[in-house]
Amino acid sequence: MDQISRADVEDFLFLEADLLDEWRLPEWLELFTEDATYSVPATDLPANASPDTSLFYVADDRFRLSERVKRLMKRTAHVEFPHSRTRHFITNVRIRERHEDELLVSSAFLVYRTKDGVTDTYFGSSRYRLALKGGSFRIRDKRCLLDTDGLRPQGRVSIIL
Amino acid sequence: MGMATKLHAALDVDASRRVFRVSRQTFVDAAILDGERREIFDKCWLYLGHESELPQPGDFLTRQVGGRSLLFARGADGAISALLNTCPHRGAQVCREKHGNAKAFQCFYHGWVFGLDGKLRSFPGKESYPDDFKDRPGSSMSPAPRHESYNGLHFVCFDARIESLADYLGNAKEYLDVICDQSTQGMRIVSGSQEYSIRANWKLLTENSVDGYHAVTTHATYLDYLRNTSGGLAQVGFNGRAHDLGGGHAVLEYRAPWGRPVAQWIPAWGEAGKTEVERLRASLVERYGEQRAARIADYNRNLFIFPNLVINDIMAVTVRTYYPVETDYMAISAWALAPSEESAWARKYRLFNFLEFLGPGGFATPDDVEALEQCQKGFRNSAEAKWNDISKGMGKEIPAYDDELQMRAFWTEWNRRIFGATA
Repeated sequence: MDQISRADVEDFLFLEADLLDEWRLPEWLELFTEDATYSVPATDLPANASPDTSLFYVADDRFRLSERVKRLMKRTAHVEFPHSRTRHFITNVRIRERHEDELLVSSAFLVYRTKDGVTDTYFGSSRYRLALKGGSFRIRDKRCLLDTDGLRPQGRVSIIL
Repeated sequence: MGMATKLHAALDVDASRRVFRVSRQTFVDAAILDGERREIFDKCWLYLGHESELPQPGDFLTRQVGGRSLLFARGADGAISALLNTCPHRGAQVCREKHGNAKAFQCFYHGWVFGLDGKLRSFPGKESYPDDFKDRPGSSMSPAPRHESYNGLHFVCFDARIESLADYLGNAKEYLDVICDQSTQGMRIVSGSQEYSIRANWKLLTENSVDGYHAVTTHATYLDYLRNTSGGLAQVGFNGRAHDLGGGHAVLEYRAPWGRPVAQWIPAWGEAGKTEVERLRASLVERYGEQRAARIADYNRNLFIFPNLVINDIMAVTVRTYYPVETDYMAISAWALAPSEESAWARKYRLFNFLEFLGPGGFATPDDVEALEQCQKGFRNSAEAKWNDISKGMGKEIPAYDDELQMRAFWTEWNRRIFGATA
């Protein structure tokens, strides 16, 4: 537990970024625990807002997350057909808290999405709860806090941040 | 009305041949957009916000409405004002925060201080001004020329001569009443705003918001998702009709297989949800009788209020408004409206329903964004491929929810206002 370094965490987050950018979403989903959550709050909410009481852009439990992956792999997910090209830049990684079976990690993200001649940028901070399992990590919760005022001009968050 | 360009008529309508076509030029021409700003956004009632967004004295928020910068605030006496957010002195925006609570507003440029009603309270160097300067009308922040509310929804208009809001809403009022009747304590806006954009003409979102025809193809993956939820959908088919409400307003009223927190149960909500939905339904029956209760609970409403307000009472209730920035770019704001007294269970499932379907991070709206942007790209060919067709269901005695009557209602009013024409 105490031996886990920031570099170990970074390796894991960089792997996650690669799986997303390579559209290997079913493999990406395997990085999550069975009780995992993934959320993107509306940008006028406090960072610790709850999707049970406030409106989010994304608030997936594991079921909805797996359905998101299924959807994005279909031709009928029109917004991502053909797939956009993305590049996730993950930086400013810090281990905030160490618990017996869990790490709290924060990072900054910069994601480019390009499709059909238009390139959009998403940036903000991520908070991860990483479960420690047999010497590797699983994501128990990932929350992406956009720094922008809403989704202008991106218009959608159809990719996974 | 002197449009700079008028290559051909905006509409091609022939009821006898069941033809209703819209010129694609109306989506790409900057002169048309100028005309819309002048004849529509400067002259119609426009949605500002909901009273529940200002629960306490001193609460305020700033919004862009019809190209103006507005300050929506509740005074110490509880009165709600809609002020032009500009200093009467030299023009700077007085309030630069999106929302908050204040006792007064101070323009930072020269330090003038205004009450929540916009009245000038103090200003530095008053010895250099006449004694009555503070009380002159031009020394205080100006209210929007007109500001009225209906069922907690506040609207402004920049043309002082406009009819009352109630008269303007006309037949749409009854549908707003049906939507608000699902609550005993009044509807409220839930915290969290969805602010997004689409690289498309604003009128495409009017059409899309009341389009029952596109659901099965554009939203195939959303329907797949609903089927995959444990227990699946309600045993109800898509069925219902459209109404032209006059004045450019229109509504679809129909049944659909998704769950409605007030009050159509789906198996995915389990026994706990069933108990809750049955309780809500019994309360509706007690208050309004079987018939109106069934209408409130079982029927979905996609309500369009001319020119740019959508209140869709579907698997959740959205309040959505949108403005053109350029001919091919619009800014959209959307909020969730909910009964203020609803249980934690109902609120949670309402919000999940909302973001799954209605939100730009969900399983449906991103595909609408894509569809509208693809239309706008297709309009690059509008010099040769000139017309959109919205004739579906023309001539029917009862237009179905997935016909296009509601779009024809919008375009007929649009054409009357822009070209003074009757279609």
